[in-house]
Amino acid sequence: MATTTRTLEVELATQSLGPNGELRRVPLTATPDGVVMPIDLPPGTEPDMGSERMLINIGPQHPATHGVLRLVLELDGETVVRCIPHIGYLHCGFEKIGEYRQYNQIIPWTDREDYLNSMGNNISYALSAERLFGIEITPRCTVLRVIAMELSRIISHLVWLGTTAIDMGAFTPFLWTFQERETVYNLWESWVGARLTTSASRIGGMAADLPSGWIDGLKAFLRSLPKTLDETDRMLTRNGIWVGRTVGLGVMSASEAINYGLSGPMLRASGVAYDVRKDVPYLDYETYDWDIAVGTKGDVYDRYLVRMEEMRQSIRIIEQALQRLPDGPINVDDPRVILPAKSKATSEMESMIHHFKLVMEGPRPPIGECYVATESPKGEKGYYLVSDGTSKPVRWRIRPPAFVNLSAISKMAEGHLLSDVIAINASIDIVMGEIDR
Amino acid sequence: MSVVIPGAALPHGTPDPVTPRQIPHRGGEANPSVEALRAQFGEVIGRHDVMWGETCVWIDAARIRDVVLWLRDDPSQQYDYLVDVTAVEHRDLDLPMEMVWHLRSLPYRRFLRIKASLPMAAELEVPSIEPVYKAANWLEREVFDMFGIRFAGHSDLRRILLWDSYAEGFPLRKDFPLRGRFSRSEQLSQALSANPEAKYSMEELSIADAFHELPADMRARLGGTSTGEG
Amino acid sequence: MGLTPATKPSLVSYDPPSQDGWVTTRLEFLVNWGRANSLWPMPFGTACCAIEFMATAASRFDLARFGMERMSYSPRQADVLICAGRVPFKLAPVIRRIYEQMPQPKWVISMGACASSGGMFDNYAVVQGIDTIIPVDVYVPGCPPRPEALIHGIMMLQDKVRQQRSISDQQQYEEITIDPSSRFYIPAAQIDELSEPFGNSVHQTRSAP
Repeated sequence: MATTTRTLEVELATQSLGPNGELRRVPLTATPDGVVMPIDLPPGTEPDMGSERMLINIGPQHPATHGVLRLVLELDGETVVRCIPHIGYLHCGFEKIGEYRQYNQIIPWTDREDYLNSMGNNISYALSAERLFGIEITPRCTVLRVIAMELSRIISHLVWLGTTAIDMGAFTPFLWTFQERETVYNLWESWVGARLTTSASRIGGMAADLPSGWIDGLKAFLRSLPKTLDETDRMLTRNGIWVGRTVGLGVMSASEAINYGLSGPMLRASGVAYDVRKDVPYLDYETYDWDIAVGTKGDVYDRYLVRMEEMRQSIRIIEQALQRLPDGPINVDDPRVILPAKSKATSEMESMIHHFKLVMEGPRPPIGECYVATESPKGEKGYYLVSDGTSKPVRWRIRPPAFVNLSAISKMAEGHLLSDVIAINASIDIVMGEIDR
Repeated sequence: MSVVIPGAALPHGTPDPVTPRQIPHRGGEANPSVEALRAQFGEVIGRHDVMWGETCVWIDAARIRDVVLWLRDDPSQQYDYLVDVTAVEHRDLDLPMEMVWHLRSLPYRRFLRIKASLPMAAELEVPSIEPVYKAANWLEREVFDMFGIRFAGHSDLRRILLWDSYAEGFPLRKDFPLRGRFSRSEQLSQALSANPEAKYSMEELSIADAFHELPADMRARLGGTSTGEG
Repeated sequence: MGLTPATKPSLVSYDPPSQDGWVTTRLEFLVNWGRANSLWPMPFGTACCAIEFMATAASRFDLARFGMERMSYSPRQADVLICAGRVPFKLAPVIRRIYEQMPQPKWVISMGACASSGGMFDNYAVVQGIDTIIPVDVYVPGCPPRPEALIHGIMMLQDKVRQQRSISDQQQYEEITIDPSSRFYIPAAQIDELSEPFGNSVHQTRSAP
């Protein structure tokens, strides 16, 4: 597999460089001889300085935790000795309620768990349910779902970008990225009727086909988005403050990242080129011409670069998909799962019965189970569905990428400063709705 | 720059993966790891099944850590990535509860589902695979929280999504009603008095050994252990 | 049988029996005007509604027009608690404590279906409406409500603020009294009644087909 590297040369305006030119992240102390050296803090021991450690609680209500996350930090001065995350403040019983809903009725719940990637979640769930049912979707639906998932990835990364920048003090990219999101909200709204919680997919197809003019709206968005990305890039990527606040933080090596189960940009920034779209493809992703963005060091800066590059690659994929979008039906012609056309349902007996059964009982899959993994903006997202032949699943399991990614924060935050913890937390791209479900 | 590329252990010239189509409900080629597992572990490995293209192998629950350790470390298997740990309780009371592990081999591009049956009458306990995969830490805590299955050898088995003193039970069990066991006002009353932020658990304090040196109000806030002062 | 049009409340209601002086009413008008036009929100954002709240604060819908761009994440400096998103039981003591930390005068906007009534989460984990925990002034329905809907709710709150007798009536500044054993501020029976499912929800707790 061919790889290309991009090396960015930056000049830092900061004074805090070590003797070898590396950034200093650990506080310094002076021995009685006057030799300045960093403080080494092995876990569980008290430093000789006779200082007390502070226990600080961040959250669950806090502007910079990206949701209701509670972090308990044990600090020695400003350095974090231990970081313990507490979650569950948004636990709403998604998986339990999935056992009480028909397969199509679960789709609104998939919007609400990772609410920044709602269209992506809808489609991810539909793929899993369609495999459970043994249904093949139409070519038009396949390409349209690729467009929807990539658009969803773009807007999720835009929120990440805006909120991460605002956590580090850069307020303006937040406004730029949300303005771009508004354009996509208009597209979503004209297509499925909702801005954020789209509930766009159905088993066997989508809720509705594209309205006229939607593609032109999308093309206009694709023309304006690179300008916003370039503007944000110009503002942040070589900015001394940004680089100083992100380089060298929260480093996870490749083997650690794999063992911790990280996925998505977190894993790719650590140098592991695992992208579900390439390794376990779905929706014909292998037929598009696009690249995976991989980082080298696995720090916060690399994750930022990976996500920026992913947005550009998503634009590439959408442009290719638009060129090959075929005409044809959007829903598969299978009366077991798709509601018949209203004209038929009111005139043909068979269609009316199908309509009645689908609405009252819901579609029923064969007995079985399946797990389909997709690449959400956070990482490997999969829905594990177990069916016993009835219209409601026995088990609806959401494999939450942000949940597994967040568990690594204890490892990533140790030894860093308090303000770095905020940056590291932001780089994980957490969504508490998905973590707590 | 050394990038870890998935599929590196596959023979040169193996075609890239494609979107699967027309997957049969049952049948199809099983994951070669199943035969390798049978050769290595013999009786521990039970039946296997290929469902919608995914291979699922049943094993004896008590040996999961050995199986998973071998799967991770053996050069011909290299299942280095733990995707998920979960459990399934069936509506049919005759069926046992099942623990499910999803493993992925990045070098070989393989996916394996491992299941272990846990009879409901017995104690629900399986060994923890946290020493093998760090990803199992929180995933197992969640299974404990939702199903009540204990994981022997886990470093910190506490509830993760609900508060520690949650009294209603284990929500994802089938005998747990959707709206909970208590009335809404009782649930609210319990939640408001739980107040999880008022305490820091003892695991969070690395100065736990120096507990007796803490100021009195901090000792009182920690609760649970006597202060020795009346 | 049509809808009766809502009467637009006047900015200051003059109530002869209360014997308010002319100066007091002018002062109240000024105080209410100041409060209504600079309500500093405490965004208690939990889930999807928080994203729509952020979109309301962003450039297209712009809460700064209402003097609300200064988000106060510290409850001590906030006027209105906007609960945007679902509140599970684990978060209930947190929102209660945040509300108690806010100084008077304070108001609460319950944004979204989940904060108002539990929304689509009629299960073991979610509080069926934050009004079972704290008093709410304005409910904004929607899942999530459009930014225009939130702004409508904010404008309704502004109308309410402008009507209040801020100087002459000191009773409105009294904190809610909490029952120490149950920690409720309304009777338990009322909480149960508010949390009852109704309509279609009654049939949605069956797992069998």
